[in-house]
Amino acid sequence: MTREYLFAGFGGQGLLFSGKVLAYKGLIEDKQVSWLPSYGPEMRGGTANCSVILSDEPVGAPIIAHPDVLVAMNLPSLDKYESEVKSGGVIFVDSTLIERKVEREDVSVYYVPATRLAGENGTPTLANMILMGKLLQVFDEYDEEHVNTALGKCISARHADLLGMNLKCMEIGRDYQE
Amino acid sequence: MKGNEAIAEAAIQAGCRHYFGYPITPQTEIAAYMAKRMPKIGGTFLQAESEIAAINMVYGVSSTGKRVMTSSSSPGISLKGEGISYLAGCDLPALIVNCQRGGPGLGGIQPSQSDYFQATRGGGHGDYHMIVLAPDSVQEMAELTIRGFELADEYRMPSMILADGTIGQMMEPVSFDFEIKEMPEKPWTTTGTKMQRPHNIVNSLYLKPEVLEQKNFERYEKYAVICEKEQRAEEYLMDDAEIVVTAFGIAARVAKNAVNAARAEGIKAGMIRPVTVWPFPEKAFKKALGTAKQFISVELSMGQMIEDVKLATECRVPVSLCCRVGGMIPSPDQVYAAIREAAGKAGE
Repeated sequence: MTREYLFAGFGGQGLLFSGKVLAYKGLIEDKQVSWLPSYGPEMRGGTANCSVILSDEPVGAPIIAHPDVLVAMNLPSLDKYESEVKSGGVIFVDSTLIERKVEREDVSVYYVPATRLAGENGTPTLANMILMGKLLQVFDEYDEEHVNTALGKCISARHADLLGMNLKCMEIGRDYQE
Repeated sequence: MKGNEAIAEAAIQAGCRHYFGYPITPQTEIAAYMAKRMPKIGGTFLQAESEIAAINMVYGVSSTGKRVMTSSSSPGISLKGEGISYLAGCDLPALIVNCQRGGPGLGGIQPSQSDYFQATRGGGHGDYHMIVLAPDSVQEMAELTIRGFELADEYRMPSMILADGTIGQMMEPVSFDFEIKEMPEKPWTTTGTKMQRPHNIVNSLYLKPEVLEQKNFERYEKYAVICEKEQRAEEYLMDDAEIVVTAFGIAARVAKNAVNAARAEGIKAGMIRPVTVWPFPEKAFKKALGTAKQFISVELSMGQMIEDVKLATECRVPVSLCCRVGGMIPSPDQVYAAIREAAGKAGE
């Protein structure tokens, strides 16, 4: 099985980091993995996205035209990529930042007020991890041990104290019900 | 690990202890990795004042016989052109990485393959070639870096990794379980005679035309051996392929998806992926002529490799171009449509 994920939003929201956590989790689970960032002249506030492919087969093109899963963290990203998601795909929307609903009817949609939940938790920059927790729960892939290991791989030793905070936010996302 | 980091790590494992460069997107991770690692292992990392300075530092270190490299992206490689020509003229081994971006001029920073002519024809002035290796994955970024050093030393000439922004920036798993050949003896280096032997001279200046002609003849005899021995290509589903897609690097990753889609539909499609773009893997193309009805060259350039495809196949079957440029990448759908059209199924 192959699943293609596109994370899209503003630079600074941690989309590349989300993708990395997912990719490392895939690696731990013996999947074939590719992770490709947009590396345009993006900066904090500009648009950024990141493509992750997890597969049981060797990954072909690392570039995703039609994702199975879209994580949209701002309105321009949803506007741009909603129509590209595969029929039967899944869209995760940060509903604090995106007020409109998804128009497509052939996809599943999860609205998570991730930015608000992150703020309430005192970690306003970790909305990305809340969405990631929800994503893994939806696919029934929230394996605590693997999540922990993957986070450990992605957080440098210098910032090891942030691991707990990230994990907490993933749990908030996992447990969130609309 | 990112493709760029895989190059840097592989270079270190290949025994390279001297890196000279100047930052440019999308290859700066190579320099960053070297800056971090080289001081810890007794190597030299130096950010030069320009690309031209960096390639001339490579020239100097190579003259002493040490494994040495530089890396840049398209506009920076153009600046290095003079130095690369000098390396070739002095028969000096070195590894040059070009993580290509869109051009011409300053162009953009998104991936491209539009330096194919520059790389495969030498790039600088004079009759010469580099061995040019084109990785299509992070794993190959590592492997071909090691082969690049080995081949450069074996044939005493510069070699190049012709990558692009995508492969440089993407992360994939990579294993560093490589056998690395021992560096050959280098009796030609300028490391001091200790009064034990006549002195060596590293030079590309030959004012007597008879002598310079002879030098060029000898170099081309060497190139003929390389063309015979070092061609390398991945042949994918080629046993009965009628529509032969050909692509290198990131374009090949995209094309492979399209070939698989075409096969699922019953179209006899296959792919030749040159791993060496110089020497061009002519043998694979000649072999393909047994079943091929059409070739499609998938490129991130306005039709550069297609010329080599036509030369290798002697234009015996049609060769068409499927491309995006300027930092854009063809989608598998675009390549798939080109395959369908070639198979006479367009519009069906």
